[in-house]
Amino acid sequence: MPLPPARGLYDPSLERDACGLGFVADLHRPPSHDVVAKGVEILRRLAHRGAAGCDPCTGDGAGILLHIPHAYFERVLGRAGIELPNAGDYGVGQCFLSRNPSVRAMEVRVIEDAIRHHNQKVIGWRDVPVDPSVLGPLARASMPVFRQVFIGRMCSVPAFERTLFMIRKRASSSATQAGLHDCYIASLSSRTVVYKGLPLPERLGAFFADLRADDTRSKLALVHSRFSTNTFPTWERAHPYRRIAHNGEINTLRGNQTWMRARESLLASEAFGEHIADFKPIIRPGGSDSASLDNVVDFLVASGRSIAHVMMMLVPEAWEGQPEMPPERRAFYEYHASLVEPWDGPAALLFTDGIRVGATLDRNGLRPLKYVVTASGYVVAASEFGVLDFEADDIVEKGRLQPGRMLLVDFAQGRIVGDDEIKHEVATQKPYVNWLESNKIDLHALPGVPAVASMDALERRRLLRVFGYTREDTHTLLVPMATNGEEPTGSMGTDAPLAVLSERPNPLFRYFKQQFAQVTNPPIDPIREKLVMTLVSCLGGEGNLLVETPKQCRLLELEQPILTNDDLAKIVAEPLQDFKVAVLPMLFDVPEGHGTDPGASLQSALEDLCRAAEQAIDGNASLLVLSDRGVTERRAPIPSLLGTSAVHHHLARVGKRMRAGLLVETGEAREVADVALLIGYGAGAVNPYLAFESIAATDMAAPARERAEHYIHALDKGLLKVMSKMGISCLSSYQGAQIFEAIGIRKDAIERWFPGTASRVGGIGLAEIARESLMKHASAFEPGFDRIASDDDVVDVGGVYAWRVGGERHLWNPGTVANLQKAVRLEDQRAYDHYAKAINEQHDAPFTLRGCWAFESTRPAIPVDEVEPAAMIVRRFATGAMSFGSISREAHENLAIAMNRIGGRSNSGEGGEDEARFVPLPNGDSKRSAIKQVASARFGVTAHYLVNADELQIKIAQGAKPGEGGQLPGHKVDEHIARVRHSVPGVTLISPPPHHDIYSIEDLAQLIYDLKAVNPRARVSVKLVSETGVGTIAAGVAKAKADTIQIAGHDGGTGASPLSSIQHAGTPWELGLAETHHVLALNGLRSRVRIQADGQLKTGRDVAFAALLGADEFGFATAPLVASGCIMMRKCHLNTCPVGVATQDPVLRARFQGTPEHVINFFFFVAEELRTIMASLGFATLSEMVGHSECVIPRETSHPKARLLDFRELLTPVNPEDSFLPKETMDAPAGEDLLSQARPTDEALLEGTRLSLKYGEPTTMQIQLCNADRAFGARLAGELARKYGAEGLREGTIVIEATGTAGQSFGAFATRGMLLVLEGDANDYVGKSLSGGVLAVRPPARSSFKAHENVIIGNTCLYGATTGKAFFAGRAGERFAVRNSGAVSVVEGVGDHGCEYMTGGTVVVLGPTGRNFAAGMSGGLAFVLDDERMLAGRVSKAMVDLEPLTPEDEELVQRLVKEHEEHTRSARARYVLSTWSKRRFVKVMPHEWRRVLQSRAQQNAGKVAGAHG
Amino acid sequence: MGDPRGFLKTTRVEEDERPVEERVRDWREITVHASADDVKAQAARCMDCGIPFCHQGCPLGNLIPEWNDLVYRGKLEEATRRLLATNNFPEVTGRVCPAPCEASCTLNIRDEPVTIKTVERSISDAIFAHGSLTPQLSAVRTGKRVAVVGSGPAGLACAQQLARAGHDVVLFERDSRLGGLLRFGIPDFKMEKGILDARLEQMAAEGVTLQANTNVGVDPTGEQLLREYDAVALTIGSRIPRDLPIPGRQLAGVHFAMEFLSQQNDRIAGVPVDESKAILAAGKNVIVIGGGDTGSDCVGTSFRQGAASVTQIELMPKPSLVRVPANPWPEWPLILRTSSSQEEGAERDWAISTKSFREENGRVTGIEAHRVTFEGGKMVAIGGTDLVIPCDLVLLAMGFVGPERTGLVEQLGLMLDPRGNVRTDASGATNVPGVFAAGDASRGQSLVVWAIADGRRVAAGVDAYLRRARAESVAFAARASA
Repeated sequence: MPLPPARGLYDPSLERDACGLGFVADLHRPPSHDVVAKGVEILRRLAHRGAAGCDPCTGDGAGILLHIPHAYFERVLGRAGIELPNAGDYGVGQCFLSRNPSVRAMEVRVIEDAIRHHNQKVIGWRDVPVDPSVLGPLARASMPVFRQVFIGRMCSVPAFERTLFMIRKRASSSATQAGLHDCYIASLSSRTVVYKGLPLPERLGAFFADLRADDTRSKLALVHSRFSTNTFPTWERAHPYRRIAHNGEINTLRGNQTWMRARESLLASEAFGEHIADFKPIIRPGGSDSASLDNVVDFLVASGRSIAHVMMMLVPEAWEGQPEMPPERRAFYEYHASLVEPWDGPAALLFTDGIRVGATLDRNGLRPLKYVVTASGYVVAASEFGVLDFEADDIVEKGRLQPGRMLLVDFAQGRIVGDDEIKHEVATQKPYVNWLESNKIDLHALPGVPAVASMDALERRRLLRVFGYTREDTHTLLVPMATNGEEPTGSMGTDAPLAVLSERPNPLFRYFKQQFAQVTNPPIDPIREKLVMTLVSCLGGEGNLLVETPKQCRLLELEQPILTNDDLAKIVAEPLQDFKVAVLPMLFDVPEGHGTDPGASLQSALEDLCRAAEQAIDGNASLLVLSDRGVTERRAPIPSLLGTSAVHHHLARVGKRMRAGLLVETGEAREVADVALLIGYGAGAVNPYLAFESIAATDMAAPARERAEHYIHALDKGLLKVMSKMGISCLSSYQGAQIFEAIGIRKDAIERWFPGTASRVGGIGLAEIARESLMKHASAFEPGFDRIASDDDVVDVGGVYAWRVGGERHLWNPGTVANLQKAVRLEDQRAYDHYAKAINEQHDAPFTLRGCWAFESTRPAIPVDEVEPAAMIVRRFATGAMSFGSISREAHENLAIAMNRIGGRSNSGEGGEDEARFVPLPNGDSKRSAIKQVASARFGVTAHYLVNADELQIKIAQGAKPGEGGQLPGHKVDEHIARVRHSVPGVTLISPPPHHDIYSIEDLAQLIYDLKAVNPRARVSVKLVSETGVGTIAAGVAKAKADTIQIAGHDGGTGASPLSSIQHAGTPWELGLAETHHVLALNGLRSRVRIQADGQLKTGRDVAFAALLGADEFGFATAPLVASGCIMMRKCHLNTCPVGVATQDPVLRARFQGTPEHVINFFFFVAEELRTIMASLGFATLSEMVGHSECVIPRETSHPKARLLDFRELLTPVNPEDSFLPKETMDAPAGEDLLSQARPTDEALLEGTRLSLKYGEPTTMQIQLCNADRAFGARLAGELARKYGAEGLREGTIVIEATGTAGQSFGAFATRGMLLVLEGDANDYVGKSLSGGVLAVRPPARSSFKAHENVIIGNTCLYGATTGKAFFAGRAGERFAVRNSGAVSVVEGVGDHGCEYMTGGTVVVLGPTGRNFAAGMSGGLAFVLDDERMLAGRVSKAMVDLEPLTPEDEELVQRLVKEHEEHTRSARARYVLSTWSKRRFVKVMPHEWRRVLQSRAQQNAGKVAGAHG
Repeated sequence: MGDPRGFLKTTRVEEDERPVEERVRDWREITVHASADDVKAQAARCMDCGIPFCHQGCPLGNLIPEWNDLVYRGKLEEATRRLLATNNFPEVTGRVCPAPCEASCTLNIRDEPVTIKTVERSISDAIFAHGSLTPQLSAVRTGKRVAVVGSGPAGLACAQQLARAGHDVVLFERDSRLGGLLRFGIPDFKMEKGILDARLEQMAAEGVTLQANTNVGVDPTGEQLLREYDAVALTIGSRIPRDLPIPGRQLAGVHFAMEFLSQQNDRIAGVPVDESKAILAAGKNVIVIGGGDTGSDCVGTSFRQGAASVTQIELMPKPSLVRVPANPWPEWPLILRTSSSQEEGAERDWAISTKSFREENGRVTGIEAHRVTFEGGKMVAIGGTDLVIPCDLVLLAMGFVGPERTGLVEQLGLMLDPRGNVRTDASGATNVPGVFAAGDASRGQSLVVWAIADGRRVAAGVDAYLRRARAESVAFAARASA
């Protein structure tokens, strides 16, 4: 049941998924059918977390894992005359077999052969009864035959599970060898059996008759409901797997796979003996990330480690710098870090070996997992609360799993084993502490060596040339890094040619682009959440993964991977007998004479290097240093990335990679992206020696040593950012993970030297790489070179970051800017033609992929007047998301007026919108942005804002800095900006890298649902950035019910972004757009959504290519800004824009000269140009044109590198069978449609509050909720905001008394006038973007547990709340009140990262907090009841102080606790109030907030007390 | 960029000029050099634009933001290096360039541009003050011989670049002294000639053979040149002045501007002038026909000689006082400008077409003219506007029409473009292999800064021609730096 083969830009390996999962375990009673039924019920209740594709009856997968139902099997097999041995003495294999009887017979034979090979007995086979009628057509068409094999135990009990494992492995590998690709064994065990497949989750029980039989009994039901990004029916990809079920994504998969393969040659185990050959590859190719992890868990468990041990070593909690962690546990993790790198990424994992069942979260805890323990003996863990109903007084504990923690149920002991207990048990199996002490090598402890002397000026200058340094490298990058300790910031994206289209010799690094997380996993905030991240790198040889010996941690441990020249000298001096170091020159011979192929010389040098590396390892070297020192006139450097990757992969191939560490000593690496690439392709440490030399030689104030430290710090910070962009926490996981793609490198070169890297556009090979290296090299040995007197005169000007005379080419240059401005101001067609010609005619000097193309007409041309009018076309145009804040009010409103006049759409950007703009102007103009953006910080996102939109755009990523957050420094936040962002002037506003309510695709579906609930009339769009795999993500987004998907290019402009992000992350939109269109069409999803392309669109020709590749709509940002007067100063981040576009300075804003006419003229010029192209291609309307990539052909060029580009994959047209109907721009959104499938409670709520809505009359109503009731209250909030605006109704007008478990987003957007009281509990995102309403959640009156010790609401509550109040009688999950900017709340305990990024409001916590409290908190106040004095150790002190309460504070807190008690009847509140004087509260005061309060106090004394934002 | 907000704190302050009453009494430069601190403050106004339109405005591509920043930070030596990296003679352009860079400065959109020219000149002052005129000797000698013909700014720049590339360069000049229009066209009150002499000294030290008094085309002939040299660069200027063939043109007192200006430059330099041919404005009513820079130089020179009155007339209509919308930034603004010489008291009039010269005793006594208007680009006389302006001296400053086509150009068989200039490709190569042309000779009359830029460009072309053996890598490098 394989996925479809790769075609065009569709690549089956990019599929992603995320899901809902859970288990129910019965601790006390014998196996029961009740547990099975409960498991099926959990699936039903989690159905909304799964997805259905183009065929609404085919799910993405659902499954259940049970203890073997012995009684049932005994009965049904007995009927067939087969007698089963006792329970435990036989194994059951759940097999998916071919529907072709003769193939099936072969499969059966292969399995039976494997059983016999391992000397076990085939008892018999059984057909598994299923009901295909409950399936959708797609699932039915691909349904396998289900048969169970029963195997008699013929060995000892302890050996039996392992033997079954070996049988399964042998059968699989024999089947593969025999070409029996349909044969799949879902489970084979004497303890558990897995039923899984493609029915919708709620129909799994209907499909498998076994699950319905009364005597199908189990103590465990572990279930999973899958949301996959594609819609191809693949039965085997449903979970649970044999050992695990997984919700989330393993970001480091590629590295994990490579490392695992590299380890295979070292694997040896007595238990497996020679059978180990059957297991390889350990990770079965073609499996998903979850399947791969299951392969490894499965293998390690079979080899003898306990399942808890295996999970701890593969998915370790954050242990670096955790003062509260016991030393032996830290040692366990540190030791195992030298055996295996973490499988990193958001993960909630359920695992079982049949005797124990457990759950664990990754170190970030980014997937939710809640649990309930009942007095009756049930333990239920699931993605949500409310998946099973229990009597209130039966519940003894309700909690959530915390990051890195484990919950373990032991059936043998009939109890829950706590996290501490199980981890202590595992961590003390071996004396890890001693092993580490006597073996780990500390760099600082190595004997010192004499300081390395600086090279002389001539040599330095030569090397600057050899390694292609530019003046920009020195002055724009290195000097700021060495001065400030961080990477410099730039603005306005990039408009220079791709590396493969540049005529200048580019470093090989620049051909590679960083990939980044979007939707399916969240990026991390490397600053505010540094506690989960680590740059520790261990260098040396590893051993056999299957045994644990002290020598396996004989490694050099580095705190971070950048070595100074002196550090390296210490290591190379080989101070330790048993840690040999081999230095291998990474150089190649300069070919002599003409006609010699430089590629051949480079290739033979690479082969020599690989051989030398292998020999060094054979000679017992523990560390290889690849060095490009020693350049001479005859010897040029091998590009360090090429050398590193070649050696890394060669050693992995020959099975020697794990025996030595790899260190790269290179003059080539200088910026963050370079170092990230070297590490990403296998290096464990890097010594950028020439960068150090250059910094030391530059005239700067700081002493040399300090500069080097700053520079290293800047690189480290940048590395953390690059890793966090992909959601990776540990350098060891990032190492070798190859989170990059290449643009313009030939397939064969990639396969040989960078295997596993995506390169969608073929191009240069080794010969061109060598030639670029040699050009630079030759220029360093020109006669007279030694007379050049300064470093600056030696190097090239660069001109990559900004246009410079003699520098790199730019599309925005003096000519294009001037002509465009002249054209739009004077309505001068000639000037526009000049402009368009300069952009469009890139024949021999291309910038972009589309610059290498021409149109090919496949149909007769038509007269231009037959083409739809420009006025129709411009309605498909949108301006880009630029926040008011990044650009001036004048520029922002100018764009809005222009777009409203022509029927296009302007975008509010992140940061809210002034309500005054919602009202049309007297002259008929409107400043209202049709598109309202919802970005990660949720600034200004209120119900009122959301209902005043035609489109709601969820910004997942932006082209200039995908995967990163942003920051608006306090000094830029003036009164007006603060007002629209619902914050306070002077307080810094931080945008987190991830949306804290989107850690996965099903979360996105939830947010889309929330937005449609609050404003059903708006369409919802999701903005993604082009990268390989974006099409697959887009498919998931389409299934999450978005109306529009925006694909932005990597080159987009922005107010401010680190230079390396502007340059090195993401790919051109051509690639992402083509892939998206293709994958959506292939999945039958293309007709559901519109696609918008965005990214440096400048002319009608650009638009034409976008349409032909599949775009329905088109976004423009930089060009309309230039039309409005922007002159590409690239100083947006400095607030000094001299033309009043990107500044908030009133003096500069007064210089703004743009008018709506300028913008309108631009769009009409573009549309008219487009019309002529449409006419020549024979398209009368844009709708006809969408997706006709056969009209695009590469054009002839003399450009030496562009000539080599291979666009075949990119331009592959969509299969004619995958037809689709493009949506018209004006089609209605699907909001009503989606909501109509929602639960009737919403309708009931609207109906019940009709009078309040209409007349503002008070209403009180009761309602019963369950976890499927999502975004409860949001529809009402939207309707209220539409009618009553931001003001809402008088407080308490509408009172809803609800009971039960609320689904996610309870009370989201609730407006003033709404009071929602919930008796029960609620899931994640309670009070998201609360807009004035009041929420209260309290446990049922009859509950017996202590409310304040149990969890009552999920994660990420009050996210982005602006006003209102919320009271919670119990604890909250992680990230309580994240980015709260005004709500007031009382809660009785919070998880990690509480009050993160808060900018206003007041939070009272009547209990413990988790770690990292108040990280990034710039405003508002928190009061924490800290009797245990734990807060100081758990608060993030970077931005806040802890201090005692003032009398005013005391009064405030007391008042709020009283209010809390009134709303929730909290016992905790009563206790606190009655013992007030004995309680110890601590006030958490942000530094900036204090400053703001003080200045306010000075302004109007006495009005400070309330302290509400 | 030294101070991101510099342009908001400091307004443009131009350098002072000496008072008119004082300066017209001598021939010294009229500019009062600003103090180092003032220059720094002005340099801080530079915004280091993402697109430095000044780069585009400057034909040399001067690295203006870089040296503005270095000046602001007091790093004069580095500033010097960055300036000399693109401009061989900043002391010249710092004085006589109309500064198209300033016109295209982004501050010129709604503010006033950075005083780029002043900063440039102040850096060049430092070059002279700190002896950075040290010869830059080439590390290699290629053994290739190059003849550069004509020692105006294009020839000087071309010769210097080629010598620094290691070629053996002979710079020929027909006149007795080198410098071409720099020496003979530009009056001392705009640029004193000492700086030119210092440069020539530097070039001689760098290995350029300076050969004055040599009329190439006569001796040596073009053929000889081709035989003896590996390459030839013609930088012979656009020496043919536009004439005014109307009745009375032959009268005494009607002269081309260059005759007048070069005579005066000779006088100042102490070179004897044939007094029988002296053209002097002292006590005379002077009419300058032509409103350009050369005309202005005639105006200033006339005042210094003691003219009774100076009237400058121009055929084209009076430009507008401010930019018209159809001529937006960053285009060169076609607006009314007043030169320092005009400030010294010239009468100016526009849209006047001269019909004939009045005579008395073989001498000119006035001009007869009428007013014109332009309709659809065509000049039309306006009836009833006849006028007579009495005068004693008429100076014709109506531009130049091209290089001398007889002599060398003819001998070498060079093809001309439709405007009569030597036709070249982008590298400066003419139709004759090994023969290149640069500056006004190929471009037509233009600015000094263009001449220097052309000289550099063509030097690169000559160098590439001479090194064609290393074709492959060089070709790629040239693409890269194009």
